[in-house]
Amino acid sequence: MVGIVGYGAYIPRYRIKVEEIAKVWGADAPSYKKGLRLEEKSVPYLDQDTITLSVEASKNALKRAGINPKEIGAVYVGSESHPYAVKPSGTIVAEAIGATPEVYCADFEFACKAGTEAMHVCYSLVKSEEIKYGLAIGADTSQGAPGDALEYSASAGAAAFIFGKDNIIAEVEATYSFMTDTPDFWRREHQHYPRHGGRFTGEKAYFRHILGAARGIMEKTGTKAEDFSYVIFHQPNGKFPLKVGKMLGFSQEQIETGLLVPKIGNTYSGSSPLGLTAVLDIAKPGDRILLVSFGSGAGSDAFIFRVTERIREVQDKAPKTWDIINGKKFYLDYGTYAKFRGKILKA
Amino acid sequence: MITPQRYWREIPQRYRLEAGKCKKCGYICFPPRLICPKCKNREFETVRLNDEGKIASFTIIRVPPEQFSDLSPYAIGIIELNDGVKILAQIVDCDFEELEIGKRVKVEFRKIRSEGEAGIICYGYKAVLLE
Ligand SMILES: [Zn+2]
Repeated sequence: MVGIVGYGAYIPRYRIKVEEIAKVWGADAPSYKKGLRLEEKSVPYLDQDTITLSVEASKNALKRAGINPKEIGAVYVGSESHPYAVKPSGTIVAEAIGATPEVYCADFEFACKAGTEAMHVCYSLVKSEEIKYGLAIGADTSQGAPGDALEYSASAGAAAFIFGKDNIIAEVEATYSFMTDTPDFWRREHQHYPRHGGRFTGEKAYFRHILGAARGIMEKTGTKAEDFSYVIFHQPNGKFPLKVGKMLGFSQEQIETGLLVPKIGNTYSGSSPLGLTAVLDIAKPGDRILLVSFGSGAGSDAFIFRVTERIREVQDKAPKTWDIINGKKFYLDYGTYAKFRGKILKA
Repeated sequence: MITPQRYWREIPQRYRLEAGKCKKCGYICFPPRLICPKCKNREFETVRLNDEGKIASFTIIRVPPEQFSDLSPYAIGIIELNDGVKILAQIVDCDFEELEIGKRVKVEFRKIRSEGEAGIICYGYKAVLLE
């Protein structure tokens, strides 16, 4: 059996409310709150980036896995906000947790699905017995242009998963991917903020690929919506996951535990992986979980996990995701937020 | 300006709090040394310091050096880790009113400084209050 042996989450403690952003741009806050179910989003402090978030999430994953970091044979960080254009984030993460030097490493990019792609590669390397343990991370400190719709959701967070064969807490029962060339969202080299195709980003991008991956993996395994205790979809806002879930026959109860976006925003590569950490925090042995990511460009990765008895031993060994979300936080005004995100610079 | 070479040499201490533990008397040197200041022994084993501790003292910096001006004002403290080793670290994610000598903290991995727009990014440890 191959699966997850440890998982960990990290979310910065700073927040900005949707009203605070809307106030500055003269936008209609209720349309974001009620229409898109966005309330507030996480904001990284000046000294945080994809690497620091990845290290903290990985430390939490190591606490739950209870393994020697030297036994980790691969470190893959999936993100669209790697701090360096050239120099892998994974080198610093692997060094910080003590996994070097005998370790495979590269950074992954695929908009918001880079994290699940890293998970798939780690799973496959463990399954083929190339490595004993693999660390896969989805992390981002994503940015929306000032006043753009994305500014209300683009946020920061990281989720880390250690894959292995012994002492697993959730077995990978199946994987599936659905990918096409779809120009729904992009950022050219040297551009600070991404561009998106407006309404095009919904039906032809998010819904088509999530439906394709979810239906594909359920057909492959002969499963139905009611066979799952929980389902996690990529969450660019609070509305899309509920809508796509309904189209696939899932109830709100199956979706809610892993739906973090109203409280922390869209953590991009961390989005559906962080949702999975929140579900693993409360899952019971035997529970079956469906995870479907989405990355613009565009594609979706799907995983089916089956929770094992060992889950109970690890849940309390590191901070739980909803406790992190509801724990200590500091609310920012727009000016301070703009400074934290480098939108304004000291002369 | 810190050179990439010097930054690189200090990575084990900055990233993983690696210290030298005297094989004879057990004294922990951070950063590691060649000779034990207690017993003059020259043999050490590498240990990673515990990443939790308490505030031994602290102060608020309101007029920082130019390279840290974006962070102003900020708290900096001497942290006594559980192993008894004391380190100097910035204390982040806090209201200054919360800070007290003896309060429990843990170490988090953070960016310490960036060398301009094009230079290396230096990472290391800072402290946050334990809830
Ligand atoms: Zn000694």
